[in-house]
Formats: sequence, C-alpha cells, structure tokens
Amino acid sequence: MEFLIITSIKLALILFVFMTTLAYLQWVERKVIAHVQVRMGPSRVGPHGLLQPLADVIKLITKEGVLPPHVNTFYYLAAPFLSVFFALISISIIPFGTGVEIPAFHMGGATYGPYKTMFELADANMGILLVLAISSMGVYGIALAGWSSNNKYALMGGLRSSAQMISYELPMSLAIAAPLLSIGSLNLRQISDAQAGYSLGVIPHWAIFAFPAPQFFSFIIFMIAAFAETNRIPFDLPEAENELVAGFHVEYSSMTFASFFMAEYANMVTVCSIATLLFLGGWQPLWPAAYGSNFVAPLIFAGAGAICMLHGMNPARPFDRITLPVFGVIFFGLAGLMAFPPTVPILMPMFWFLGKVGFLLFVFIWIRATLPRFRYDQLMGFAWKFLFPVALANLLITGFLVALVS
Amino acid sequence: MDLFFFLLFAFIAVACAVSVVLQKHPISCALSLVGTMASLAVLYLLLGAEFIAMVQVIVYAGAIMVLFVFVIMLLNAGEESSKGRSWIAKIAGLPALAALLGILGYAMLTFYPMVGPKASLVHFGDFTGGGAKEIGTALFTEYLLPFEVTSILILIAILGAIVLARKEID
Amino acid sequence: MDPQVLMQTLGKGVPTSWYLALSAVLFTIGVAGFILRRNIITVFMCIELMLNAVNLSFIAFAHEHRQVSGHLFTFFVMVVAAAEAAVGLAIILTVFKNRSTLNIDEIDSLKN
Repeated sequence: MEFLIITSIKLALILFVFMTTLAYLQWVERKVIAHVQVRMGPSRVGPHGLLQPLADVIKLITKEGVLPPHVNTFYYLAAPFLSVFFALISISIIPFGTGVEIPAFHMGGATYGPYKTMFELADANMGILLVLAISSMGVYGIALAGWSSNNKYALMGGLRSSAQMISYELPMSLAIAAPLLSIGSLNLRQISDAQAGYSLGVIPHWAIFAFPAPQFFSFIIFMIAAFAETNRIPFDLPEAENELVAGFHVEYSSMTFASFFMAEYANMVTVCSIATLLFLGGWQPLWPAAYGSNFVAPLIFAGAGAICMLHGMNPARPFDRITLPVFGVIFFGLAGLMAFPPTVPILMPMFWFLGKVGFLLFVFIWIRATLPRFRYDQLMGFAWKFLFPVALANLLITGFLVALVS
Repeated sequence: MDLFFFLLFAFIAVACAVSVVLQKHPISCALSLVGTMASLAVLYLLLGAEFIAMVQVIVYAGAIMVLFVFVIMLLNAGEESSKGRSWIAKIAGLPALAALLGILGYAMLTFYPMVGPKASLVHFGDFTGGGAKEIGTALFTEYLLPFEVTSILILIAILGAIVLARKEID
Repeated sequence: MDPQVLMQTLGKGVPTSWYLALSAVLFTIGVAGFILRRNIITVFMCIELMLNAVNLSFIAFAHEHRQVSGHLFTFFVMVVAAAEAAVGLAIILTVFKNRSTLNIDEIDSLKN
C-alpha cells in the first residue's frame, strides 16, 4: 500500500515535470536558434515569450483534427499514440538522483514512516537494455504513420525512418557496450554509482575519463547515433521539409501532429539522460565536494537572481518592472534551498544530473542551428562505412585495455 | 499474481497469433506478430529469463519485424486473395491441425505433473540464473564453438543478402 | 483431477506444463498460417511465429531444470532467425522484382 502511494506520487510528479519540460524545450529550442541567427525568437506571449508553450498547446488542442479520407483510419490514429507511448515509457527507468529518506514523524497521534524512495519509477535490472528495447520499438509509430497516410511523401519518410533506425541502432549498441565492459553492470543506477570517485583527487571517474580506456570516442559515436535515432538535424531525413514536404507526418494535424512532436522531444530527453548516465557519470559532480562543488548550484541561481533584480531595476519593457523581480525572488529561493544543509544531499545529485542533461539538450539544439542536412546516400554510407567500423574498433580496443588491466 | 500475468499475456499472445493467420493485410499480420513477440517477452520475464526477454524485444520486435514492415512498405503489398486453395487443404486442414494440437498439447500437459508434491510450478523469482553474467559465462565457455559458428553464419547471411539485393545479377 | 487441489496449486504458481501447452498452441497456429496463407511474406512470418513458440518451450524447460542452457538455445535460434530474415527478405525482394507477385501459387515455374 505504501509502495503504491509513493509510486503514484512519484508518477504524478515525474509526469507533470516531464510534460512541462517537453513543452518548454520547444520554447528553449526556438529561443536558442533565434539567438544563433541573431533574432529575438518568441517574445509576444508573456514576458520573453515564456507563455508561448501554453499558447501553442491551446492552439494545437483546439484546432480541428482533420481525418483525410484516403488513409487507413485505424493505423493512422494508432501511429501517433504508439510514438508517444514508447517515447514516454522509457523515462520511467531513468534514475535522476540518488534518493530521498523521510524519517518517521508523528501527525495527529499516528506515526508515519520512515519512508525511503529512489528517484526513478522502476529500478530495472536490465535498465540499459530495456531502454534500448523500448527505443527500438519507437520506429513502428513513424513507419506506420508513413504507411497509413497513403501519401507518397509520407511513405518515403516512413521507409527512410525505418532504414535509418535499424542502421544507427548498431553503432549505438556497440558504443553502449564499450563503457559497460569496465563498469560491469546493466542497471542504470549501478552504472552511475560505479563512476563515483576521483583519480589524482580531481579527475572524475566518469566513463569518458575512465582510467584504462577513456570512452571519449564511444561518447561521440553514441551522440551521433542518438541524433539519427531521434530524427534530428543533421539526420532528419524522415521529415525533411524541403524534400518530402514534412515526411511521415504530412497528413497529420492538431493533437496527432503534436504527439509526434512530443515524442521527438521525449526521445531527445531520454537519449541525453542515457548519455549522461553512461558516459558523463550520472549525478557525480565534476569535481569533489571537498573543493566546493556543492556551492556551484547556489552560486548559479543566486547569480541569475541578481541579474534579474538588476534588470528589474532598469526595465527595458513596461512589464519587466514586475516580472523580473518575481523571477529574481524565485531564483534566490532556489539558491537558498540548494545551500540549505538538509536538502543538499537530495538536490545536489539532481542538479548535476539535470545540468548535464540540459547541456546535452543544448548541444542538440546548437547542432540543429549549425549543420545542414545529410543526403540520404551519405547518411547510409556514413552509418555502415564509417560509424559501424569505428564503433567496432573502439569496442575491440576497450576490451583489450580492460583485459590488460584486470 | 503469477497466474494473472500468465493468463493475461498468454491470451494476448494467442489472440495476436490468431490475428497473424486471419488478417488479410500483411502489415496487420506483421504488427500482430510484434504483439505476440512482446507478450512472449513478458512471459520470458516471468520465467526468469531477463536477458533473453530484452534480446527478444530488441532483435525480434525491434529489428527483424521492422525489416518485415520495411519490405512490406517497400513492395506496397496489398491484401491477399483467398482463391485457389486446394480441396485437400479445405477438407483435411482443420482436422489435421486439431490432431497436431491434440498430440502436442497432450504431450506437453502430461510431461510435468500439474499438481501433487512433485508438481513443477513457475513462480516469479524462483530462477534468477538468466542474467547477462550467467548467459555470457555459458556463451564464452561451454558454448564457444556454436557461438563462433553463428558468427560465420551471420557473415554468410550478410554476403547472401548483398549478392541477392544487388542491382543486376549476371 | 480435484479442482480444489488445482486451485491451491495455482495460488503458488503456474504449472510449467501450461507454458508448454501455450507453446504448443502457438506452434499449431503458426503451422496453420504456414499452410493457409498465400502471401509469401505472411508465410515467412508464420515461420517466425513457430520459432517463437519453440523458444518459449526452451525457456520453460530452462526454468524447470534451473539451467541456463535453454536460454542459450533461444539465443542461437534468434541469431539464426535474424540471418534467415535477412536472406529470406532479400530473396522475396528479388522474386518480386522478377515476377511482380507475392502469391506463392503464382511462383510455379518449376512445376510441370
């Protein structure tokens, strides 16, 4: 019973936070790309366009969902559902912090607790394989959408997507296998815990810096394959606007269209979390707490609060006089919470984990703003003639080094 | 709890398998087969085969069946016609199948006792030897030769597929 | 057998033979599809269904004997199935390119 209640609370929290993140990732993406291209980005709805995601969601929900007459209705409606289902379900395995323990307390004459829970929905033994399995099922959503739309552009998108996903799954799995050789566990929590500690006092034991075989190349291969698996630029061939109109989702509108978008962003968050857990040490800080890594988060938030306050005093727009001080107060509050000793062991791992995931998400957006799209033959040739042999060689060398040391 | 999950996923597996045989369109058949494979993966989990369950989803549902769907979409295969079945199949098909099922079912159900002190039962958590470590140890010690042979088999399969799929065959 | 005893046993777990019976049912359905269907891709899928049914009984035997060997047989069956799918689908593509049909009754140039 206790387990059910705690899990329901966690489920509700994670769902709420995750959905909000997905909506705001869209805002972040538009803002970052706008600033890369020296534009303003969304700025009309709310201060700095912060309410833009809300407006988008309302627009997408209230739009008419058009059901084209020539589609295969059942699969046409099932495809976005499948996409979103497989994209959202993999987040339940990702641990995003160490855990929380609430000591026993009295309330109304009864004693509750002690409660102890980990920051993930399911602690799967085969976590990393489970994520791979679920992400490999995600292709059905796109392939079915392409096929059931009964449209040649959509069909091309679906075909491209299934070929691309199968091809890039191989280098991705090989890149995942390399760090697992030295870590020796498939459980995501154990993988992250195995990367704790520092050599020479400062260099963290993250897989990309690990002693016998630094997994830097695996990390690069994984990230390249992740771009292909999530259909992001430079590998967004399935939805290439200027070749295939919009690829597999050309016949979709309103909520069904939005679910493909949501699935793409959810997949992005998942692969970034996996990259963080496998290669960047999960929630292990960049340098030891003895050298003050615990003060980074309060300092960042306090700095953000101070900047908000400063700009609030010299407002550029009329509303800034109110909104910026509010944000400033929120940031100062967060900084205080992060420096408050009882919450530090709970919040610091979360801060580092989310910080690394956020950085990788930024890299995704950054690359979208930088690189052009591949040609299709280049995409396939790159996977089979370059990425796959390199991943294989990397696995071989890692195996040799690990065997030599142990 | 074991019984509930077994019955649920056994039902899904059988329903999807029947759908593979009865559906007219190849895409529907392929997706039903994916359903069967996924529910079989859950049954593998109940039997303590964690690693094989994951491999089942990754390899079967995630790679082989995607290949099937890809080929069906590529060939734009339509619904199949049901004409031209031989009369022997029409008359003797179902009884023969029933007989096969009867023989197989009888053999399977009497192979292990269902009740009594010697009853062989599947209870989740009884057998935990299906992890990656155990599989890997057995694969690279006891079953090393078959493992190497399968790698040659895959190499030959790749060569065969490339030769067959080339543009012109001389 | 006595239903009460059976219910008591079922409370403790599912009989291994039920898993084997499920495997038999799936295998029979696979055979039925193999015989009844006319589309070459669907026939191929029914073969995969039969392989899956056999895999289930391997895993059930592995659980019964508390040995990992059954898992390895399943593993090898999967590898063979993957190789088979690669070659088989390539053959299907070639056949379709030359004959532009997927109906196995119409691919009969060796007949008579």
